[in-house]
Amino acid sequence: MSTPAEGKRRRRFPSLMRALRLPENDPLAMIGVAIYVVFLLVALFADVLASDPLEILFLDDGNLAANVPPSLAFPLGTTNLGRDIYSQLIVGTRAAFVVGLTAAIAVVAVGTLVGLLAGYFGGWVDNVLMRLADIALGIPFLPFVIVLAAFLGAQTQNVVLAITVLLWPNTARVIRSQVLTLRERGFVEAARVAGSSDWRIIRVHIAPNILPLSLLYGSIAIGWAILTEASISFLGFGPSGSVSWGAMLQDAYASQALSRGSYNWFVPPGLCIVLVVVAGFFISRGYEEVLFPKLKD
Amino acid sequence: MRSVAIRFGQMLLVLWAVATLLFFLFRLMPGDPTLAYIDTTFTAEQQEALKRQFGLDRSLFEQYIAYFSNVFHGEFGTSFRSKRPVFDIIFEVLPNTLALTALSITIAYVFGVLVGAWLAWKRGSVAEALGIPLVLTLRAAPEFWLGMVLLAVFAFGLGWFPSGGANSAGMTYGSTLERMTSADFLHHLILPAATLALYLQGLPLLLMRSNMLDVLQEDYVMMARMKGLPEWRILLLHAARNALLPVVTAFALGLGASVGGNVVVETVFSWPGLGRVLVDAVAGSDYPLAQGAFMFIALILIVMNFVADLLYSVLDPRVAHG
Repeated sequence: MSTPAEGKRRRRFPSLMRALRLPENDPLAMIGVAIYVVFLLVALFADVLASDPLEILFLDDGNLAANVPPSLAFPLGTTNLGRDIYSQLIVGTRAAFVVGLTAAIAVVAVGTLVGLLAGYFGGWVDNVLMRLADIALGIPFLPFVIVLAAFLGAQTQNVVLAITVLLWPNTARVIRSQVLTLRERGFVEAARVAGSSDWRIIRVHIAPNILPLSLLYGSIAIGWAILTEASISFLGFGPSGSVSWGAMLQDAYASQALSRGSYNWFVPPGLCIVLVVVAGFFISRGYEEVLFPKLKD
Repeated sequence: MRSVAIRFGQMLLVLWAVATLLFFLFRLMPGDPTLAYIDTTFTAEQQEALKRQFGLDRSLFEQYIAYFSNVFHGEFGTSFRSKRPVFDIIFEVLPNTLALTALSITIAYVFGVLVGAWLAWKRGSVAEALGIPLVLTLRAAPEFWLGMVLLAVFAFGLGWFPSGGANSAGMTYGSTLERMTSADFLHHLILPAATLALYLQGLPLLLMRSNMLDVLQEDYVMMARMKGLPEWRILLLHAARNALLPVVTAFALGLGASVGGNVVVETVFSWPGLGRVLVDAVAGSDYPLAQGAFMFIALILIVMNFVADLLYSVLDPRVAHG
């Protein structure tokens, strides 16, 4: 049942609605959506699916359940300190989504706003904003995140802040060039002649047309954010005491899981990262050139 | 010529901004600002000398001026841990980072360009249907995790390669060049370089493929077809040459970004390079060393961004006027 208000909204954002439709004719994109849905469900029901990931477990004979190979009781075995790897993997899904979604939303919000302003107003606004983008692109990504996490404290919000500060220019540049072409289109010209204000033109005529592009960038940014968080945790600058895939890999690396050949410990978290990140790539695959904004702006 | 000057000016602006950011970033850390350069284990004379050199007993503004004049003279202070000049430490590890980056990015781009062109030619085939998802999957894999898997299989499992470092312990060499051309060094280089190459190959491959697909639609390719030229000639002499242009730019960008991005790979393989020096220095609160390493990584990145910008306009003159 659709109310008149909904109907009106649907007409106002036709391109957005088109972008949000399931990409049924693209099998890879459907796989991507399916991966997202599965991981989202796992993150939501992590409490039901897993037990306490940091609990130290003991075997029936009273010994520490350290480095137990996969079995019915421990589907992926245990760590060297007797913690259940499967539970860590499940609970780690949450950290991935928290960082991935918040960073993606922040990156895309900042990038879209800057791109809109720079592209629409041009002139000195454009100049200042694009020089800021140059500066952000001149900051080495991981080193900056490391230093910021080390100095401001290794909380999740600082990692998200660092990712946002450095990743918005890619989105901004693409949105800007899109706005530049939209600005010259007939319907924008018509609105201007009819006396619409700048803000109204941006809000009603331009923003809805670039939102699909923003969403697309969001799905890629989720992946970059998760990769970055994992790298930071692996290097030992992540939030301490939290359960994430990156922290699991760091734990495994530092505990000689590689030399012991404990593939059950370090392969699953890496595969989960690959799956979530590649899902974003699959969804955006139709827009391949969008993956390389620096080269096409 | 004028646009080159403007771009150069923009590069200087970015350099100045990043150096300024670094100055304030290293005054964000908890505690006394003199901590950025002075460790309590330094001798009294050393402390005095550093205070004077970096203006630490003066105002923030004077410190800022002193900071820039020192950066210009390559003075980054003294490492807390090793008590040696930061500049010397960085120059010692820089060749290792450059060797790792240059080798892996070259392999990645040669492979990526060839396979990308081939996949474009094979459009619609099974090879494409399987190849593209595979490439995307490799690109989605965290570098350090790829490195961990390679380490577990080839170093610990099969024992084919050493598990870390750039040279075996106890080896001595007459010069850096001798060290870096030794079989021992190359043996240590293979796994980290393979890891980086696996990670880096996706971008040139996808880029080359999509450029080839674009170029193959162009009139001059159609013209070559109408002239009856053999398909391989059209591909190599007409299409690939032009499709390569953006890849060359990507190479320059990738080279700059990779030096900073090596951080994780260098850590996994205990590779004594710039990235690992940075990580160790930040973790060990060795602020002068961390600052110097960061500045070098940023410098390489910014200069390569500039080079990429220039290359792009030189190779594709339409950009310069656009």
